[in-house]
Amino acid sequence: MYSKFALALGTALLTLVGAAQAQEAVEIGVVVELSGAGAPAGTNWRDGIRIAVDEINAEGGILGKPVKVTEYDTQTDPQISRALVQKAIDGRAYAIWGTIYSGSTLVNMLVAQQNSVPQFVGSEAPTIVEKGNPFVFRTSSGAQKGVPALVPYFKDTLKAKKVGVAWVNNEFGRGGRNVFIAEMKKAGIEVVADVPSEQAQTDYASDVSKLKQSGADAVFVYMNQEESARFLIEAKKQGLSMPLIGEVTLTEAKVIELAGPAAEGAIAHVGITATADQVEGIAAFREKFVKTFKRVPTHDAIKGYIGAWTTKYVTELVGKFDGEAFSEKMHGLCLPATKYPRILLDTCWDNRGEMSRPSFMVQVRNGSPVVIGTVPAN
Amino acid sequence: MMSQFLQVLLSGLATGSIYALVAIGFALVWQAAQTINFAQGEFVMLPAFLVLVGLNYFDLPLWGALLFGLGMSVLILGAAFKKLVVEPILPHGGITLVIATIALGILIRESVKEFYSAEGQPFPSVLPSDPINIFGAVVSLQDILNLLLSLGIVVLLTLFLNRTRTGRCMQATAQNPAVAEILGVDVKRMVLYTFLINAALAALASFLITPVYLAKFSNGETLGLIAFIAAIVGGFNQIRGALVGGLLIGVLDNLVATYVTAEYRAALPLILLILIILVRPQGILGTPEGRAV
Repeated sequence: MYSKFALALGTALLTLVGAAQAQEAVEIGVVVELSGAGAPAGTNWRDGIRIAVDEINAEGGILGKPVKVTEYDTQTDPQISRALVQKAIDGRAYAIWGTIYSGSTLVNMLVAQQNSVPQFVGSEAPTIVEKGNPFVFRTSSGAQKGVPALVPYFKDTLKAKKVGVAWVNNEFGRGGRNVFIAEMKKAGIEVVADVPSEQAQTDYASDVSKLKQSGADAVFVYMNQEESARFLIEAKKQGLSMPLIGEVTLTEAKVIELAGPAAEGAIAHVGITATADQVEGIAAFREKFVKTFKRVPTHDAIKGYIGAWTTKYVTELVGKFDGEAFSEKMHGLCLPATKYPRILLDTCWDNRGEMSRPSFMVQVRNGSPVVIGTVPAN
Repeated sequence: MMSQFLQVLLSGLATGSIYALVAIGFALVWQAAQTINFAQGEFVMLPAFLVLVGLNYFDLPLWGALLFGLGMSVLILGAAFKKLVVEPILPHGGITLVIATIALGILIRESVKEFYSAEGQPFPSVLPSDPINIFGAVVSLQDILNLLLSLGIVVLLTLFLNRTRTGRCMQATAQNPAVAEILGVDVKRMVLYTFLINAALAALASFLITPVYLAKFSNGETLGLIAFIAAIVGGFNQIRGALVGGLLIGVLDNLVATYVTAEYRAALPLILLILIILVRPQGILGTPEGRAV
């Protein structure tokens, strides 16, 4: 009799404690590519967030409430991502962190917008911030800001007169390719080869042979991680001799791991990189990430981390959990790294959710990405 | 221009020869069990991961890991596949077995994803990857060696089937198991050999293609489909048909992507399949009456 009573009492107490905790916690939906073609990017994004959430909770959460994250796998499918953003919001998510693939973000950000839920995305397609959605915020600059930063490199450093562009035919790739071609035109550089490839493509023999034949002085490579690695492997196989320049992904740790010696010499402009360990915050994050996950973080991991910390900083600036007030505060906001150290670098968002911060030029040397220059915020 | 054509042709032949190895597996299993193994793509994906297990978990040198991968593949995808999947299910009919192989493919794919993550993994190249210069054209040495190795394997397999006693017994089993048994052929053993050879071919294809494709749980989806189409296009009941089908798809894919359109290259094998079904349903080298190795 007593044991039954004790059991019932225990269960009731646990339920009450659980309910109280659930009530107090801030729900966040991490909607991201954990399988499919986007898995390398999504897994890093999630792991960067996991580190940020541990730190945030260790520092008292957001406005004194612990952060509770629910992870949703979009399978790199835009329609699934849309349904999952809705599911996260139905689960009372205060903010959405994800997605990374621009094709998914373009579809699912409407759901967050309709529900006035702030959304931090890892996507870089220019169109994301051109739709007038006041609730979407980047965690790195879009291609329309990142790609122009490469122009001086092509024009002044390489002195290229003719260039080729190899790009992945998705929203991300198309956006970058369009900006690149426009920028080259402005700079008076001729684009002699325009080579699209499909997402998750495995055979790059014809793509590389076209570029080889084009007579280009340099090639701009704008693909996702695994595609970049396969492209570099094929380029080495066929002896593609011109410099290969990318934006963000081409010199990522995962690409170097996958492509091995084929990645040697590749150059990229990166918004943020774990190799920029001259920046104290980045070095500390890298150390913690390597210790926890036994691998070097990619830029997606840092982006996820920054998205999470920005949510905390801005919510505390607003002083309440209010999506609309959050969105209003974000537009035109600058967070200096001296005052907000986990933002890692001085960062600003404009009135469309586009972000701006200093960036880096990186080259793969002896199997590691090395910072070869910095580019001021534009 | 000539250099480009040479490279594209070579790359197409190299990839096509690997498709051919996988397509031959389809033909062999068809001969042995009168079924289509829809897990064939996963049979090519898994050995690469077995090699990675040998390298990363048992610290084996590359050659040791390749032998480990080959041995485990023959054991799991050959002997165990026959004993645990084909033998119990075959008496229930060919369609049941086809569905079982689809399920097996999903099981292998998802297990690899769970065990080794959804991310692509680097895979060491067993062949040199630096390009070489032939008559002024810089072409891939890896492609040349891939092609020679795959064709060598096919030639050896054909010689084994046609010139050895065991090979001829396997052919007899494929053509008419009942008569072969009456003539004293150990039919069960011959069927087992067929499955073991299929597993070994899949493993070799895996070792050749994964350094370029990267080791990824989903690799089998495309490979399996293309090899299946190659087997149909060439002639499902002929090893040389599978070879022709594989090479044809590899070369056409690269030529079309280079000179016609890269956007619709994925549709090419399907267009070829439709044309063959309309014009020559038995395949380019296939025979209408059915089975002969």
